[in-house]
Amino acid sequence: MKNNLILYIGILIFGIAAPFIFPAFKVQLSILCVLIVLSTTWNIQGGEMGYNSFGNILFYGLGMYLCASVQVGMFFPLAEWTESGGEKTFVHTPSQFFQGMAVGLIVAAVVPTIVAGLIGYSILGLRGHYFAICTLGLGVAAGEISGGIEIIGAGQGFTTPPFPDVGSLESRGEFFYFLSFIVLILTFVAVKGIYTTRFKLILNAIRDNEDKAEAMGIETMKYKIIGWMISAFFCGLAGGIMGGLVGYIDSTDVAFDGREMGVFMVLMAILGGKGTLWGPIIGATVFHIFKEGFWTFFLGWQYVALGVLIVVIVIYFPEGIMGWLREKYPEKFGEVVDEKDRKAQVELK
Amino acid sequence: MISVQACLDGILLGILFALIAYGMALQWGVMNIINIAQGDLVILGGYIAYFMYLYGIHPAWGVIVSPIIMYFVGIAIYKLVINKVVDRDLFISILATFGISILFMQLMNFAFGADVVLANSGYGTTMLFDNNVVLPNSKIFSAFISILFAICLVIYMKKSKLGRAIRATAQNARAAKILGVDTEKVYAATFGINAALCGVAGALISITFTIHPYMGLPYTIRSFMIVIVAGLGNLPGVAMSGMGLGIFEEFADYILGTEFRIGSVFLLLVLILVYRRFKLSRKREYLK
Repeated sequence: MKNNLILYIGILIFGIAAPFIFPAFKVQLSILCVLIVLSTTWNIQGGEMGYNSFGNILFYGLGMYLCASVQVGMFFPLAEWTESGGEKTFVHTPSQFFQGMAVGLIVAAVVPTIVAGLIGYSILGLRGHYFAICTLGLGVAAGEISGGIEIIGAGQGFTTPPFPDVGSLESRGEFFYFLSFIVLILTFVAVKGIYTTRFKLILNAIRDNEDKAEAMGIETMKYKIIGWMISAFFCGLAGGIMGGLVGYIDSTDVAFDGREMGVFMVLMAILGGKGTLWGPIIGATVFHIFKEGFWTFFLGWQYVALGVLIVVIVIYFPEGIMGWLREKYPEKFGEVVDEKDRKAQVELK
Repeated sequence: MISVQACLDGILLGILFALIAYGMALQWGVMNIINIAQGDLVILGGYIAYFMYLYGIHPAWGVIVSPIIMYFVGIAIYKLVINKVVDRDLFISILATFGISILFMQLMNFAFGADVVLANSGYGTTMLFDNNVVLPNSKIFSAFISILFAICLVIYMKKSKLGRAIRATAQNARAAKILGVDTEKVYAATFGINAALCGVAGALISITFTIHPYMGLPYTIRSFMIVIVAGLGNLPGVAMSGMGLGIFEEFADYILGTEFRIGSVFLLLVLILVYRRFKLSRKREYLK
């Protein structure tokens, strides 16, 4: 317990100091925070509940559009903003920008949660690969449809409000870094809290055998929907931040990017180890380093490298980093290996 | 008259979809994998025909050349990736083939460029009903070829030794193995045949419509949709639901506009799955 406390404080101090130690990587670090949030929340239903979703991108994109729309719409007419293509016809004052961002983030978190609750009953009745394909369809459909809606920029995209001039040039990067870092801490605390409750055990029961869980008197549907809503809440929040960070929202390439972000979050969780607390975090970090490496060293070939990476991870490394560690050092994971019992087992075989 | 046009277009298009879906049903039934890269195989087949067109050969010959090349591409993919995911969880196969799909998309983008291309067959058009309905002959040709290939395949599956082995493996892989069927070979052949079907469909698509490196995923989703509506191993059902999907798409195109066409396909998939889920949940069952 004492070791853990030191670890957490160390990570916290590192997180706060990171933008000052590596000032050139602020944007990368903020993206890393968002990725960790996405993979950790995917893990709630992908890893713990056993419902492999490609559709969390729906909430992410929804949050992105909602945050930006609210931020603009609170002060200026939205249609004119998108029509001018983000030209500087309207300028947010700093207080307008931050107010808009705050309200926008709240909306971006709450609305996807409600959407998840509403569609949850229909979608979560599907199981296994039908659920996976259905959510994949949902994500892509959302991207295609939002690409046809005029008020949020249709095909030409939506420029989010530019960061206001508040003194130094560094403030934009720092603002978004700390925003995403706070969301990351919130997510971590929430997920860690959830994983200590009965709720997590119920999710695991659903993963292991849903019929039996139901027979034991658990209202599986209720818990499945709650699990999905928790994911949606944080995905929306992450999307809202990412929209401001990127500064430009395109329906299929940035917001509802099911082919990239939608698969990345699954991949990060699998790379780190499904169904563990630290797995998705480690996975996201490793994956982000890999990805940025590809983008720097294989420029042009990055997607080819990425495709190969996906295949290799999925085929040769389905247990992930945590799973591998667990197999290697079971004692560290609190699994007591009784030598006598193990020998007896071996003899039995 | 627009509705007649849309129906005829839809039926001719749907026959093509059914051909792709048949390949999907084949591998799903036999190997229990869902291939997200199906659409990308189709597009790759299309580019083979397009290249023949660029070098002055009539693209209709692509219908013969493309499946032969695609068969070996399919075998290669099987040997490299698919044989490691056959016995595993379906989700693993979805993710692995997703990786293949991204890989193919990008490789095609490098090799052929990101332009929308079309292999012009020069077949002209047919006018029906006092010139109110215009049907390009290439569409009629492609529907005819698709039906021809489907019939050949059905006969092959019924009569040949390999066809019987494939059907036996689909029914019970373990029993087939005991009775001396080399299931590994059967799986490889199945995936090869599926890729060859995709090659035919792709060559036909490059003649009748357009191809683009990133257009693969909608074809995968369409074939998945057709298979879940029709069920595995139900060939007339596959043909019917393929045509139905084609008609739906043409109407969605007319009514909602072209920008919502792909979106409506994906939304239809979600609606169909949700409908089936509610229908089954009345009997306390679920889609398996």
